[in-house]
Formats: sequence, structure tokens, C-alpha cells
Amino acid sequence: MGTGLTDIHRQDAPVTTSKDSGRAAVAAEEMSAPKGDSLIGKTVTINRPRRELYDYWRTLEQLPQFMENVERVEPMGGNRYRWTVKAPAGRTVEWVAAVTEDRPGEVIGWTSEEGADVANSGRVEFRDAPGGRGTWVTATLLYDSPAGIVGKVIAKLFQREPAIQVRRDLRRFKQLMETGEVATGAWTRAQRAEEMN
Amino acid sequence: MRALTWHGKHDVRVDTVPDPEIVNPRDAIIRITSTAICGSDLHLYDGYIPSMKAGDILGHEFMGEVVETGSGSTLRKGQRVVVPFTISCGSCFHCSKHQYSACDNGVPADNQDIAQAAYGQPMAGLFGYSHMTGGYAGGQAEYVRVPFSDVGPIVIPDGVEDDKVLFLSDILPTGWQAAEYAQIEPGDTVAVWGCGPVGLFAVQSAFLMGAERVIAIDHFPHRLELAKRFGAETINFEEAKTYEALLEMTGGIGPDACIDAVGLEAHGFFADNIWDQIKVSTFTGTDRTHSIRQAILACRKGGRVSMPAVYGGFVDKFPLGAFMEKGLTLKTGQTHVQHYLPGLLNAIMEGKIDTTFLISHRMPLEQAAEGYRMFHDKQDEVTKVVLKPGMDLSQVA
Repeated sequence: MGTGLTDIHRQDAPVTTSKDSGRAAVAAEEMSAPKGDSLIGKTVTINRPRRELYDYWRTLEQLPQFMENVERVEPMGGNRYRWTVKAPAGRTVEWVAAVTEDRPGEVIGWTSEEGADVANSGRVEFRDAPGGRGTWVTATLLYDSPAGIVGKVIAKLFQREPAIQVRRDLRRFKQLMETGEVATGAWTRAQRAEEMN
Repeated sequence: MRALTWHGKHDVRVDTVPDPEIVNPRDAIIRITSTAICGSDLHLYDGYIPSMKAGDILGHEFMGEVVETGSGSTLRKGQRVVVPFTISCGSCFHCSKHQYSACDNGVPADNQDIAQAAYGQPMAGLFGYSHMTGGYAGGQAEYVRVPFSDVGPIVIPDGVEDDKVLFLSDILPTGWQAAEYAQIEPGDTVAVWGCGPVGLFAVQSAFLMGAERVIAIDHFPHRLELAKRFGAETINFEEAKTYEALLEMTGGIGPDACIDAVGLEAHGFFADNIWDQIKVSTFTGTDRTHSIRQAILACRKGGRVSMPAVYGGFVDKFPLGAFMEKGLTLKTGQTHVQHYLPGLLNAIMEGKIDTTFLISHRMPLEQAAEGYRMFHDKQDEVTKVVLKPGMDLSQVA
């Protein structure tokens, strides 16, 4: 008897850490409007109150401050936002996503609309960390990669693979919230500008 | 500006490079007045440390004058400061516990991947020590950008000369932390492996913390002589059997606390070529990684082992059985420099700690490449090289 998908619900390890290839389907059950067949998720502890973190993130236009791949997020009215995201080889991809879940201080969820270059949905949860250590921020992303496995390999080559990006973006979010700035080894402003490209 | 840059194995040059600028709000720019070559810089020089790029500026032991500040800096222009070698944010969980070298935010997000893979979690950033510690430009230069300048640098009162306080940047707090981790009790005998700068400062610190006896172990006669000057008894491991000598010198009990200040001398990070070095040095009798094994075997039952020495990835033949059976305590880690600065500056001002004895050579920054070569080739007499960017060539002794 191996550990099957159904067993995931009987233990405490998050579904994103499951060894089962069907884990995306399990995660999708918990999302309000899931899209995509690849799942990634990451948690980071940030030494700030969760309402403050939620407020920063909920102003989606600010996301490019720490999401290196996101060029712009533009509000289109209502709950709709246009995302412009860097893709390998100097291209960009765009989609419109709607905020589908929004509980202040707790969770923000979004889902791309029909016709998106990259169908995706995600949520970011803010929970009090135990022991007064600030907030656990958990980002979960479901996505279809542009050209299947080949696209994924190319994306990885260009360091634009979503799993790498989410890990690094969360670190930058933590840096920004805890220290007020994003750490860099650049020692001139020109070098810094080059890094951001 | 002029800066000492790395170009490959045994190839360092003083080049002209762009001046540093304020990049982030909490930055400050320091004009360097004194900067030392560390034993761990020799590992960069020998090409053992991966993720170096041609043109990287070296140096993590430095001090100078504040010439520019960002909006979030608490420093003022004209202040003299010593800068810790570790880059720590001061606001994460680890910094709030004064575990500064475990800072979450010192290394840029992309550069954290290597340490995360090697160690499980990334550590603090370091100046001038490869791209996996952040790719920060070092202080063997005329100027340096100091991130988180409201947390790291300590302001030095006027009238205290550079040579007295420069080593607050790394090796003095490292030696002090090593002695603190040995949890010295009155009446204790403390054995110290390695009489390089960290070992010698550990000897001094151990006495200040109440050790009754300190036994220093090395094979360079000049270094043993320096240890003796602070009141240590000595063992030259080329002439005596260290374990047997330690037991005889402690009535068969073994030292109460053992400090391994040998290791790889490097500030971290595993690499296959370092791993090769470990193997080579382990079995050719040069007593390198052998020191930690010897410390565990010689240490008295229920005693303490402190390991400021830096080890890379994996060590063969670690005597885990002896460690467990004897119920030893091992404490180690990179130095939480910021935690120790105020207390150690006071100790220097009160004349309780002298660090100037260590400096054997002072030279202009322009001669830095020569300084590296000397330090690398003549470890007995060259105990410490201090580079002075403002120094005139005619002042060279």
C-alpha cells in the first residue's frame, strides 16, 4: 500500500510537498476557481503583522516591486487586472486575471480569464506565525506552462521557471517588508538597473 | 577608484573601477582608511571558493570614514566606523535574537539558492567573498558601499588609531565568540588549536573569561611565541604528540574546553576542490581537519568543544562515538559580529585587549597584490598585512 492522494488529507504535510504527481488536482479542490495543471507552493515567515503584508500585496500594482518577472499589473476596474509578465528570450506574455477571493488580512486569490497566454490561478494566504514570530505567507500557484515540458525547460534556462520565481519573489517580499529594501550586491546605480532588466 | 580585484588563481590586481554609490536607502559609502588581508582571503587567492567572477573586489576586514549616507542610514558624514564582515539586516527573526550571521535578508534573493541547497537555509551576506554570499564588493579599495549601515558599523571615538580597532571587523569578535562558546569556568584549562589571528585572540579572551590555564597548539614557532606572550603554555605539534602531551599536561584528565581555530581558515562553503583539500590535508599529517578529531578525543569527559574554525561540506572520520560517549557539547558558527562590537570596543578602550601586536606589515593599497603573495608564502613571519589606501609609498617601512 503506497501513500495515495486520498491519504494526503490524513496527514499534516502540505499538498505542495506531496510526492504524488496528481497533487495539482488535490490543490485545485481548495481553490475557488482553479486553472492550470502544474502546482507550486512556498511558505515564508515574515517578521511583520499579517494585515500590513496583506495590504501591501492587495495593492496589486505594487507587485513588480518584488516580483522580478512581472513588468506591470494594471487595474481595469472591478476586480480585474491586466498582468504583463516577462517570458524567455525577451518576450512578454499578458493576461487578464480577476480577484476571486479576498478576505482582508487573510487571503487573496486570483484566476486568469479565458484566452490568457498562460492560464493560471493562485492564492496567497497570511497566517499568524506561532510564537509571535510574525506572519506565515503561503503562495500557491496553479499554471499551464506555455509550451508544455519544452517551454518549462527553456523557462528554467532563463531562470523564469515559476518554481524558481515564486521562491525568489517571496524572499524579495520578505526583504522589502522586513528591511524596507530589496538586497543587492550592485555597487552602482547603473549595475542595479542592469540587474532589474 | 582603485581596488584590489580578483582575476583567478594567484591573480589579484589593483585596478581602476567605478566608484560605489548609494543604491538602497539604508546604504552608506565609506572611504577606507585601513583594510586587512584575512587568512580566508587566501582561499579566494588559491581559487578554492566557487562562484567568484573576474573583477570581483575582495576584502572583508575594513574601516574608514563615512562620506555619503542614504536616507535610511543613521551614520553621519565624517564619522569613523569599523564595519562587520557579515551583512545583516537587523530586523529579521534571527537578527532580533542577535544571531546576526544567520540573517535572513543579507543575501540577494537570487544568490540565496546556492547556500539554501548546500546548508538547508541561506546565511548572512559577506563582503568581498564570492557571489553565493551576495556578490558584495569588498573593502580592499578606496571606497565601499555598506548596506544596512544603520545596523552594522560601529562608530569609533576620535583619537583612537585604526590599528587598535580594525580587527573588530572580524577576527577579534571571532576569537571572543570562540572563547564564549567554550563556556569557561574558573579553574578551567582551555586548549586552543591554531595560533593564527583567531586562535591568538581566543587565547587572550579565554584568560579574560577566567581560564586558569591556556594551552596553545601550532607548528609555527613565531605564532607559538606570540601565544606565550599572553601567558599560554604551548605545544609544537611537529615536535610533540599533541594528544599525549595534552593528557600529561592535565594530569590525565584532558582540557575542560577545546577550541579548534584551525579548520579551513575560510569563511565557508563547500566545493569539490575544498573537499579534495580536506582529504589531502587529513591524511598527509599536516593536522588540518585532524584538529577537530583531536579536540574531541583530548577533551575531558563532559567538556566543551568550540569550533570557530570554518569547515566546508563534509568531514570524514568524525569521531561521533567519542563525542556521544563522553557527553561533549559542541558549539560553532560564523561570528555574530554586531552582537560583540560595543563590549569589545570598550575592552580595547580600557586597555584590556590589545590587537596591534598582530600587525606585521603595513603597506599602501597599490601594493596589495604583493601583500597577498607575501601572506600566502610566509605564514610564519607574516601574521597580518594591513593595507592603507591613503598611505604614501615613501612611508613603507
